Parts: sequence; structure tokens; C-alpha cells
Amino acid sequence: MEMAARKMKNHALTIYSITSLIIITIPLLHIIATTIINGVQSFTLEFFTSLPRPPGEEGGGIANAIQGTAILISLTMLFSIPPSLLTAIFLSEFPDSRFKNLIRLFNDTFMGTPSIVAGVFAYTLFVTKFGFSAIAGAFALSVLAIPMMVKTMEEAFKLVPIDIREAGLSLGIRHWKVVTGIVLRSAMPAIASGILLALARISGETAPLLFTAFGNPDFAGSVTEPVSALPLMIYVYATSPYPDWNRKAWSASLILMIAVLAINLITKYRLRRR
Amino acid sequence: MKDKIVVKNLNAWYGDLQVLKNINLTIIENKITAILGPSGCGKSTFIRCLNRLHELRHKARAEGEILLDGVNVFNMDPVEVRKKIGMVFQHPNPFPTMNIYDNVAIGLRLNGVKNKEAIDRAVEESLKVAALWDEVREKLNSSGTRLSGGQKQRLCIARAIATKPEILIFDEPTSALDPISAMKIEDLLIDLKERYTVIIVTHNIQQARRLSDYIAFFWMGELIEYGPNEKIFKNPKEEITREYLKGRVG
Repeated sequence: MEMAARKMKNHALTIYSITSLIIITIPLLHIIATTIINGVQSFTLEFFTSLPRPPGEEGGGIANAIQGTAILISLTMLFSIPPSLLTAIFLSEFPDSRFKNLIRLFNDTFMGTPSIVAGVFAYTLFVTKFGFSAIAGAFALSVLAIPMMVKTMEEAFKLVPIDIREAGLSLGIRHWKVVTGIVLRSAMPAIASGILLALARISGETAPLLFTAFGNPDFAGSVTEPVSALPLMIYVYATSPYPDWNRKAWSASLILMIAVLAINLITKYRLRRR
Repeated sequence: MKDKIVVKNLNAWYGDLQVLKNINLTIIENKITAILGPSGCGKSTFIRCLNRLHELRHKARAEGEILLDGVNVFNMDPVEVRKKIGMVFQHPNPFPTMNIYDNVAIGLRLNGVKNKEAIDRAVEESLKVAALWDEVREKLNSSGTRLSGGQKQRLCIARAIATKPEILIFDEPTSALDPISAMKIEDLLIDLKERYTVIIVTHNIQQARRLSDYIAFFWMGELIEYGPNEKIFKNPKEEITREYLKGRVG
């Protein structure tokens, strides 16, 4: 009797799990499918290579947004990787420091910062003085990327066994050279994954770019000018009254989705290969 | 027979736990000295004091004198101490993202050697001394982690030799290896003593018997007995040494 009750419970829980899984997966699959179906419609060579046309006019592309996202991501890497790396080294390789826990607390708090706050921060710091620019946009994105990178990089360093550090030290190598020449090299695959994942996360951010990078209907000539970006362009095009723009927003979403998926797959593949 | 290392009144702690109690010991040049004893008797801590790795662990400290060629290592720059004392660990630990060549070359490179030919020569020489050259000469560019356990350990020996130390310490170098690989390492150790002063930590009584010229028997953080191999095995002074060697304790 009791056995039957247990089996019942077991079945009920299995069914509950599977139902939950389906409920969660359906919206995700729906988003992916809708984006693909609507997105591929505007996939032409022109779409990738030319600038947008004025509203109402058919044709044109999003080359400026692709350029802008490339600039923003590159600048963000430039701004965020060096300080993240040094912070992670401090946290993991100088473990007896008193500041360590304080920095971790700061970092975790930072990680929960709403992305719009990062945008406002960059706005007051840069835009009020120098105007909208790619630099301001990348700064806002860096504020979001750095806490994520610090976290994953610290984990990457901690994955390197203590044996490796001691083996380095036992060769009569100075501590900082052991860290930069041996531990860093050993942690590199995991660090690269952490960087890629952080970039995948921020590449879809819109809010911090609204009043920093601002958007640009043309190619940006330098990093001190406003630039467009895929998420910005999607935001503007999707909320516009023009059907052609709406279609282009779907296509841009598809590009962004494919890029993020590609980054995630690369990261996963790299991790598995190790 | 020259005294290479003279240890005087060495005490070591992890936090409040004293793991070495008043150790006095002399290690002779170009001999193999075995540090023998059961797990947790302070063997590893003892050798980690010699190259000053012990103090790097959390809340670890040591007091006393360790005279290396007459100079107290606690007054030396630890980096200089470690240049003279190479170390091979219990688990073979080649640097994971480096190829075989780089594993051996890295110690020289990070210590400022830039001459490519000098490094090439040192790598070949070290791998030959470690009896690994013939097995890896064709694949110096492949990863060190793809070698077998015994080969990895010999790679670690080559890595330790490359920086030209005077003393080599081995922390249970064969305990993670199969018997055949272990035998190769043991043969290698006997060859190595012509060039280096060798210290080996082991809890394997037969290994200590086979390899060593001198034996230091540790028990619960104390040095119970120290002397030539034959004397310790044939005529131990202390009851506890006799019991351990017979396999009754530990």
C-alpha cells in the first residue's frame, strides 16, 4: 500500500517537472522561432552593408549599427579587461589581504546594479562634459562588464591548483612572475571564457546606451562621436510606425541572437575541450 | 663528506598546532637522505621548511636555524634559497597550458635567461638527466599533460634540474605512480646523487631501504632517530623505530 503511494508521488513529481520544463521552454522556443521567421525576411547583402534610408523609404541597411556595436564591444574590452584582471589577481593571489572581502562585497553589489544606473553614471561623468560618444557608451558597458569579469576571472585563478603555484615558486621564480608567467597562463582558457560570456551579456544591453552612445544614422568617424548599436537600433526601429523598420528590427534581433549564441557555443566548446 | 644542510632546533607550526618539534639534523652532500615516517608526522613540513614553502601556507610559521652551506636560509631571500633547492612534488604537476619544452624552459626564462641556444641546451640536458629525452625528443611541442604519470614526474624532475639547483627534494615522488614508473624514478634518484644532494620524503619503508644512504625517522613531529641506512635498519636505537620498521605501528 505504502509502496503504491510512493510510486504515485514519484509519478506526480516527474509529471510536475516535465510540465514545468515545457512551460519554461515554450516561450523561449517561441522567441527564437519568431525572431528567425521574421528576421530572415530582410536578410540581404544590402542589409548588412549599407546605411539606413530616411523613414518611409524602402531598402537600406544597418551597417552603422554593426560598426557601432563592434566599436563599443572593442572599447569595452579595452576598458574592462585590464582592471578586471588585476583585481582578480589581487583577490586570488594575495589571499591574506584585509581589503579582499570589502572588494568582493563592492563587486557583488556592483553586479546587481541596474543597467540604466550604469548609463546615468556614464552620462553624468562624460556626456554632460563631452557630449554623446562611443567612449561614454563603452564606459557604461564596462561598469556592467567589470563585476562579471572580476567574478569569473577570480574563479578561473582559483581553479589553478596550489601545486602549480608552489611548483613555480620552488623553481626560484619571484611571486609576481609566477602569477603572470605561470598561473595566468594556466588560467587563460577559463579567463577567455569569462571575458566572452561577459561580452555576450552586455552586447544586448540597450538602457546604458540610450543616453551615452545615443545612436547615429551614419557611420561614426571617431570614438568621440555618437555611435549606433544593434540594441539601440532595435529599440528605435521596433517602436517606430514604419513596417519596413519593424522588419529590420527583427533582422537586427536575429543577428544579435546569433552572435550571442555563437559566443556561448564557443565558450562551451572551449570549456568542454579542456 | 661535506655537510650541505645543518638544521638546528627547528620548530614549525600551523596556527597553534605545532607540527615540528625541535628538529636537529645534518644532511650530507651528494647522498640520498630519506625522511621516513607515517602520514602526518611532519615529513613534508620539514622539507617545505628547507625551501621556505612552508611559511606561505595560511598561518604557518617556523623558528630555528637551517644552515645551507653555513648560511641560515631564514636570513636569505627565499627566492635565492629556492634557486639552490629544487623540488619535485607528490602528484606530477607539469604546467598545464605549456608544452614539454616550455615546462622545462620556463624556470630559466622567468629568471631572465634570454639566450635561445642556452635554453635549448639546458632543456635537452635536463631531459637527458631526467631520462626522458629519448621518449619526448620528437614531441617537445606537445602538451606536458598528455604524458603518462611516470613521464610527467620525470618532466617535473627535468623542470627542477633546469634551473641548476644544488639540492633536490622529492616529496613522496612515486606514491601516485604505478610500480614500473616508480622503479624508473628510483633508478633515476640514485643517478642524481652524483650531481645533487638528494632528500626524499617517503612513508614507504622498503623504498627508503633501497634508495637512501641516510635515514631520518620522524614520528609525531619529532625526529626520533637519524643515521646511516644500515644502522637504522639493522640496529635501531629506539623502540618506536623498530616497531615502525617491522610494520607494527604507523
